[in-house]
Amino acid sequence: MTASTVDAAQVVAEPTQWWSRQRKIGVGLVAVGLVAAVLFGALASAQSAEFTLAETISGSAVGMNGRVGAIVFGVIAALAGGAMLVAARRWVNWLLGLGIVATLISFLCWQLSQAPDSLNTIALGSVARSSVTLALPLVLGALAGVLCERSAVINVAIEGQFLMGAFAAAMFATLAGSVWIGILAAGIGGLIIALLLAVLAIRFLVDQVVLGVVLNVFALGLTGFLYEQLMAKDQSRYNQPAFVPEWDIPGLSKIPLLGPALFKGNIFLYGAIVLVILIHVGLFYTRWGLRTRAVGEHPAAADTLGVKVLALRYRNVLVGGLVAGFGGAYFTLLSTTNFNKNMTSGLGFVALAALIFGRWSPIGSMLAALFFGFCSALAVSLGSINSPIPSGFLNMLPYIATIVAVAGLVGRVRAPAADGTPYIKG
Amino acid sequence: MTEQTTATAEDLAAAGADQLPPPKTFAGRYLSTLWTANTFTVTVLAVLLALVIGGILIAISDESVRATTSYFFSRPSDFFSLSWDKVSDAYAQLFKGSIVDPAAVQAAANGTGKWERVFFPISETLTYAAPLALTGLAFALAFRGGLFNIGVQGQAIMGAVGAALAGFLLPLPVGIHLVVALIFGAAVGGAWGFVPGFLKARTGAHEVITTIMLNYVALFFLGWLIVQKGIQDPERSDAISKPVDGSAQLTHLLGFLGPSLRVNLGIVVAILVVAAVAWMLRRSTFGFELRAVGLNPEASRTAGIGVGSTYVLVMTAAGALAGLGGATIVMGTAVSLTGAVIGSVGFDGLLVGLLGRAKPWGVFFAALLFGALQAGGNRMQSFSGISLELVGVIQALIVIFVAAPALVKTVFRLKPAKVSGLGTGMSKGW
Repeated sequence: MTASTVDAAQVVAEPTQWWSRQRKIGVGLVAVGLVAAVLFGALASAQSAEFTLAETISGSAVGMNGRVGAIVFGVIAALAGGAMLVAARRWVNWLLGLGIVATLISFLCWQLSQAPDSLNTIALGSVARSSVTLALPLVLGALAGVLCERSAVINVAIEGQFLMGAFAAAMFATLAGSVWIGILAAGIGGLIIALLLAVLAIRFLVDQVVLGVVLNVFALGLTGFLYEQLMAKDQSRYNQPAFVPEWDIPGLSKIPLLGPALFKGNIFLYGAIVLVILIHVGLFYTRWGLRTRAVGEHPAAADTLGVKVLALRYRNVLVGGLVAGFGGAYFTLLSTTNFNKNMTSGLGFVALAALIFGRWSPIGSMLAALFFGFCSALAVSLGSINSPIPSGFLNMLPYIATIVAVAGLVGRVRAPAADGTPYIKG
Repeated sequence: MTEQTTATAEDLAAAGADQLPPPKTFAGRYLSTLWTANTFTVTVLAVLLALVIGGILIAISDESVRATTSYFFSRPSDFFSLSWDKVSDAYAQLFKGSIVDPAAVQAAANGTGKWERVFFPISETLTYAAPLALTGLAFALAFRGGLFNIGVQGQAIMGAVGAALAGFLLPLPVGIHLVVALIFGAAVGGAWGFVPGFLKARTGAHEVITTIMLNYVALFFLGWLIVQKGIQDPERSDAISKPVDGSAQLTHLLGFLGPSLRVNLGIVVAILVVAAVAWMLRRSTFGFELRAVGLNPEASRTAGIGVGSTYVLVMTAAGALAGLGGATIVMGTAVSLTGAVIGSVGFDGLLVGLLGRAKPWGVFFAALLFGALQAGGNRMQSFSGISLELVGVIQALIVIFVAAPALVKTVFRLKPAKVSGLGTGMSKGW
């Protein structure tokens, strides 16, 4: 009954609010599109801008006049915005997506038309591949966050779990001479921070955001200290792990664009895909998931029905620690092969942002992480075509894009209702 | 329901504390801090516990100590005596580097040493404490307003940028230049804090995300700025800006004793600002609204307080404080902008703010403690070979134990007493 009442209220309230969020976004998109058409069109030269689906810039490519492309796609973006103004409540996401993609192509046309002669091609296959690779630790970190926060324990310590995972992976992979031992150790490294988080938050009721921030400093200090005392003194003994092997899936890895991105991967890529599916299915279609969500939304009710609230929270936080520690191994076994002080450079916080941006859902978090990965990859490829934009500003791109996305497109997000509140029985 | 009752209890406690007449003198204030509940005991024990764990880390990470573990069961005394030597030596250096070196005092008293050496440790402690107090305050103020300002680092970077630009671009007379540069630092930091506050108020974008992202934006901006023409030092090829004019550098307070005493006007600025913020929180309308919004935004909205505008103001003020912190670094010790000009003073500010329980004078004493650990850590690193990262571990552990009074109570079997925790409405989560 309540639900239908709410619906009725919304329907009644509808006509009074002509300036819905959709229309506001529409206006914004029209403005952005027009600016893109005028500004990028004016700045672009007539040199051809080439796009190829392959991983390298040699080979066949689709090309167009840079100036024409910048203007045409800017106008398309503005039209998509206009359509959002007119078509009330329909095709919102499609139109928004079209508008963003068109703006992006307009921007790229300008950039490519300014590039030196032989560099005016952007290899979308390579962009896709590095987007996915750069997103991997974020996906894993955000999944750890999903596990914790769905059961109402805020996990700001993802960064610390990454660092411990990265450190343990480098150290034990080198000592044992096997990356698999390293990955196992990474999981345990993440687990240690998770254990501290769980005990202090659940048993000793410490404010969880505070705790997370402090655990990050703790992990940063601990790994830095052990690095200086052990690794820095004998790199070859403690800090020279191998790369994880690359596993191509025959056939599928030949698909243009998606093949290299999704099927020419390694343990982290396939692990992340499996974990996203597992956690999504687990969270929404199993008894464990129902209980986890219940504990996250209304622990007292769950307790009344016989769910062991605290035990479930412990378990989820610890599993989250394993996942985040596994993500930490990415830094020392895939992106580089040695540990360095503070080498995660805040990506744990970005994973946290992806979690919130993705509305605390596994799929949403993954998409948010991919978005961030794409922005980073774009910054890298723009750097490689000698973009006139200084590299410092290109590096800002993912961060600014996240702010814009969080502020403008997502609206007010709602965390699990009990997130961050300790549960005291009785 | 549990959440609400706790909030109310803390509310009452806070109200009760506020109704007591505040002690007039500094000493009275300090004594009353000592008196109010077991907060002090818990803090002392937290420091002690953290040092013990730090000691264990020193012992197990030491090559020679680990060598003795191979025959631990036949002669355990070797292990313990060697560990004790290592740890006590490290902590002795920590003390000598942060407070006073008895040998230096003796030498100075005999006339064989300089008084400069006696005051050097204290000078270093105060030098490190000044920006930490300001960045700690930047975190604490937002915390009291119910906002989690992880962006202190970025705001401090922008403050340093603003102060440095005013410091070497504006030709102003002595005195005015100093004040103008400080104001510039605060203003630019405040602008950087305004953004997440505004976004939070207008769009509901979570300040944790936006402030983290703005940290990176500020860092990359700084990296870009210091290699620009007119900013970069023309005599240097590396990424470093021109030095701040002498007229905009903070005067060294103990400069007459020797050039190595770096303690400068920054600590005076910090004390004045702490006092001002303490007054503002306690006495002003804005301070009241800030605390009310921090404890319960819904109730505040019902009571007619503009929650959104309070958020904007709080973040702007916090940003200004952090900016001032960055400014005191670049005008006091660093002089030129570099990529890592402010180090991690912003992130450390989070810990300082938490350790000070988000109260202005508490933050100040926390900053003194952290400054002392930093100063002593430097000496420990060069004299005992213990890497400075250990200080970070100890600092984090102190805050963990302070934030978990229940844990400290369990470890030391303290009698149950009212221990003021981080009493705000923060346990509400996101």
